[in-house]
Amino acid sequence: MAITTKDLQHLFALIAGDIAAQRDHLCELDGAIGDGDHGLAMDAGCEAAAKAVGGLDPAQAAPTAVFNAAAKAFLNAVGASSGPLYATAFMRAGAAVKDKPELSDDDFVRAFAVMAQGIQERGKAEPGEKTMVDTWKPAADAALKVRASGSALAECFDMADRAARQGCEATRDLLAAKGRASRLGDRVIGHIDPGAASAAIIIASIAKFARHRDG
Amino acid sequence: MKTKKLINAGADAVDEMLQGVLVAHPRHLYAVEDVPRAIIARNGPRKGKVGLVIGGGSGHEPTFLGYVGKGLADAAAIGNVFASPPPDPIIACAKAVDGGAGVLFMYGNYAGDVMNFDMAAEMLALDEIEVRTVLTTDDVASAPADQREERRGVAGNVFIFKAAGAACDLLYSFDEVERAARHANARTYTMGVALAPCSLPQTLKPNFLIGEEEMEIGMGIHGEPGVARESLKTADAVTDELMDSILREMKAERGDRVAVLVNSLGSTPMMELYIMMRRVKARLDEAGLVIHTSLVGNYCTSLEMAGASITVMHLDDELQRLIDHPCDCAMFAR
Repeated sequence: MAITTKDLQHLFALIAGDIAAQRDHLCELDGAIGDGDHGLAMDAGCEAAAKAVGGLDPAQAAPTAVFNAAAKAFLNAVGASSGPLYATAFMRAGAAVKDKPELSDDDFVRAFAVMAQGIQERGKAEPGEKTMVDTWKPAADAALKVRASGSALAECFDMADRAARQGCEATRDLLAAKGRASRLGDRVIGHIDPGAASAAIIIASIAKFARHRDG
Repeated sequence: MKTKKLINAGADAVDEMLQGVLVAHPRHLYAVEDVPRAIIARNGPRKGKVGLVIGGGSGHEPTFLGYVGKGLADAAAIGNVFASPPPDPIIACAKAVDGGAGVLFMYGNYAGDVMNFDMAAEMLALDEIEVRTVLTTDDVASAPADQREERRGVAGNVFIFKAAGAACDLLYSFDEVERAARHANARTYTMGVALAPCSLPQTLKPNFLIGEEEMEIGMGIHGEPGVARESLKTADAVTDELMDSILREMKAERGDRVAVLVNSLGSTPMMELYIMMRRVKARLDEAGLVIHTSLVGNYCTSLEMAGASITVMHLDDELQRLIDHPCDCAMFAR
């Protein structure tokens, strides 16, 4: 069953709701090694993206328009570093599904993988640098790998979700190489990266979406 | 624990502040139509002059918008509290101040600012507006001296923007403005100390916790932890600690001139800043350095954080001339 614009509207609303529920928790994580506003930025960005996407007419707008609307809205609502990172992710997803009236499961997994790639390129970050890439990269790799073995979408994203959680948790023991936390040296050890944590929430939302669709 | 602030709704704080700024300083500032977070100097931009766009998160007032005016920055792009502006207001600023000689972006070296300003620069290239960027990196505490380019930009912004703005006003070429801006940044050093936390308007919770008898040396202006947490000392002892770091790096010779800024992070009063200034003078005398100009007060704040920073710009003839050049801004004039 193909993924339609309407499904994607539902997905963005789901993400916004899950991020909003964790807003204060994300601020607390950020307070330990940054300035404590990561939850506010992600909440503002996801809410703006969901609203912009929700305002599209599903009969008129193709999936590429959904991702592009999300990118623009997220960027202008946030600024900060999460703004360009997620805006780039959504723009890449939009480009990856250009001209498709609806998405096959392969299209959707590919869109997910290019999002991770876009975040990595915009932030110029490698895995192991205590950033959201530590969540996104293993999740994207897992989804691609499981999909290549012919598994259903729900299974792909269950594995992506699991890899995301592990990647996020592993940031606890890492030194930070990017962003404001990079100036703190070993004082960041013992704290999960807030960007990795919000990424894990988003990926869990996508897994929930995939399960719901297949089930 | 909840902090007290004179705000309406946390989410409205930045936009309501900007409305107040425009009402208070109509002679100096206006906002681009439909882009309320692009704040432009009335008498700054002109044909043939390099346009200077500064910007960053709110919560550091009078940085950034206070330094927009003739002889200093031509525009400031304003972000949410402690968060970079997105590309839209940055682009609006650049277009408003482009005099055909190029547009220089200057802001503190933070990952979010770099990404948003770089995206704006990429989009402006499509409109054939030439943009260059000079990051400020004056915070001695934020990286070792051999990684100067990794450092944060903090209160030294005031002197660095001042020098660059003067170079623009004197109609230096784009190459020369960029060179002067880099030169100003390379000779500016800041160290700060925090005594009590700030809190964000949206959360009203302290950004960090610090014991009653403690202080944090090298604290960032967004409440990022510093280099060391120590027990609270006297003003002279703290000033010595900050000045030791600055003087060690500056490598000045006896007889050299400096510009000094003793800056409040928000809630530290003038009384305490002047007590520190007195000690700064004693330390500079001891090193044989001459204060050419000094500023004391709220120049680069961190909401209501208690604490202070000391900035020293190591002058030469050119920087002295640029620092002395007249400017007329909303919250700063010479």
